[in-house]
Amino acid sequence: MSGGASRTTHLHELHVSLGAKMVPFAGYDMPVQYTGIIAEHRHTRSGAGLFDVGHMGQGRLTGAGAAAALETLVPGDITGLAEGRMRYTQLTNEHGGILDDLMASKIGDAIFLVVNASRKESDFAHIAGGIGSDAALEILADRALIALQGPKAAAVLGRHAQGVAEMKFMTISAVDVLGAECLVSRSGYTGEDGYEISIPGESAVEIAQTLLAESEVEPIGLGARDTLRLEAGLCLYGSDIDETTTPVEAGLTWSIAKRRRKEGGFVGAPVIQQQLADGPERRRVGLKPDGKAPVRAHAEVRGKLGESVGEVTSGGFGPTVDGPVAMGYVKSEHAEEGTPVDIMVRGKPLPATVVKLPFVEQRYFKG
Amino acid sequence: MADMKFTKEHEWIAVDGDVGTVGISEYAQEQLGDVVFVEVPDVGKSFNRGEEAAVVESVKAASEVFAPVDGEIVEVNSGLEDAPGTVNEDAFGGGWFFKIKVNDASQLDELMDKAAYDAYIAELD
Repeated sequence: MSGGASRTTHLHELHVSLGAKMVPFAGYDMPVQYTGIIAEHRHTRSGAGLFDVGHMGQGRLTGAGAAAALETLVPGDITGLAEGRMRYTQLTNEHGGILDDLMASKIGDAIFLVVNASRKESDFAHIAGGIGSDAALEILADRALIALQGPKAAAVLGRHAQGVAEMKFMTISAVDVLGAECLVSRSGYTGEDGYEISIPGESAVEIAQTLLAESEVEPIGLGARDTLRLEAGLCLYGSDIDETTTPVEAGLTWSIAKRRRKEGGFVGAPVIQQQLADGPERRRVGLKPDGKAPVRAHAEVRGKLGESVGEVTSGGFGPTVDGPVAMGYVKSEHAEEGTPVDIMVRGKPLPATVVKLPFVEQRYFKG
Repeated sequence: MADMKFTKEHEWIAVDGDVGTVGISEYAQEQLGDVVFVEVPDVGKSFNRGEEAAVVESVKAASEVFAPVDGEIVEVNSGLEDAPGTVNEDAFGGGWFFKIKVNDASQLDELMDKAAYDAYIAELD
């Protein structure tokens, strides 16, 4: 690595000792791969993969008005969150664009937040400035965050923590793991069953090493994290969603509760309500190249008459699909499943088809 | 096999008579990671030294493979279409990309030999 002081997570030395290839990511020195992206991807879909996501931001909103205060900044239903439930939502701007996407969970009197690494400073400033005096934001900088993902994740974690195997998708619970007070949620970013575990920093290495010692578990880098989430049809902030895309255009309307659609009351609500009523001009769709060549972010999408209809926002090789997969935005009239398009790669039109997401069936544990 | 010569862009060329076999180095394949797609040029096409002649795509990104010398493509490794991972497994052998008829053998003298290339990549790390 060259230049600039890079931040590290609690597991940095462990990654280096495991022989990871380290790269700069969102200001952190992070493992992109250990043995190889394809092998790590496949292992996560068949066994259990351990990911360090400690670069992400964790925070806690407290106070009697915490849920209502957060609702002024996101279109998700936060006041309706039952104890131990988790929601996916977005921080929006006045144009209905997305400042970040995040997870919000109700634990006791607090709302626990997990935001993207690249956005955490601006997110927390935005939240602190927007919640008023009935709530307080505490940034949990000393906690580590790991994800254990894959069909064997529940069996593995169940050996070290009580009650986690019975947890349902998108629930969260305070759980003792090896004596450390952790927050375990049944969630993830791979399309597989699994957990994200928020750990007091000083216990992170011991817990990670204990999980890695299980025969089903391998460490997985950011490279496979990206191919897994792309096959699962999940958005990457900064690529598939950003300040210029709305949750409606991004196909995230499922995350906007009926009450919020009707009542509004969040930043950018008029734009989002208008798009919900009229339909957006463009939509995020899956794009499946017909051939073997991958298409990458920023490639132009054209209609069959040669007209420009959109752009690829994420694209690459899907190891489970065993071929190229992509997503991007196209004009709504081209967004219907089965629409043939061309994607421009090195000046040549490569035929592709608009497809339904995800590329690989999500296998969440719904009990 | 004849002696290998290397470019700064990590192509290798091994010349036998007036035909050079071209691939990417072991170092290059390691840097790329899993190769998932290779696009080779059409036989009969001519390139000047330094022109993009092929494309190699890893999971992460697409990279160009440049012609190390001026010449005409006389053969391509069509096996890479179905088995692009050969580039990772055997970069200096079965993972070759194309064969080029060398127009000007003196251009080979400007490329690095194995010792010079090893020193060059040691500097990069």
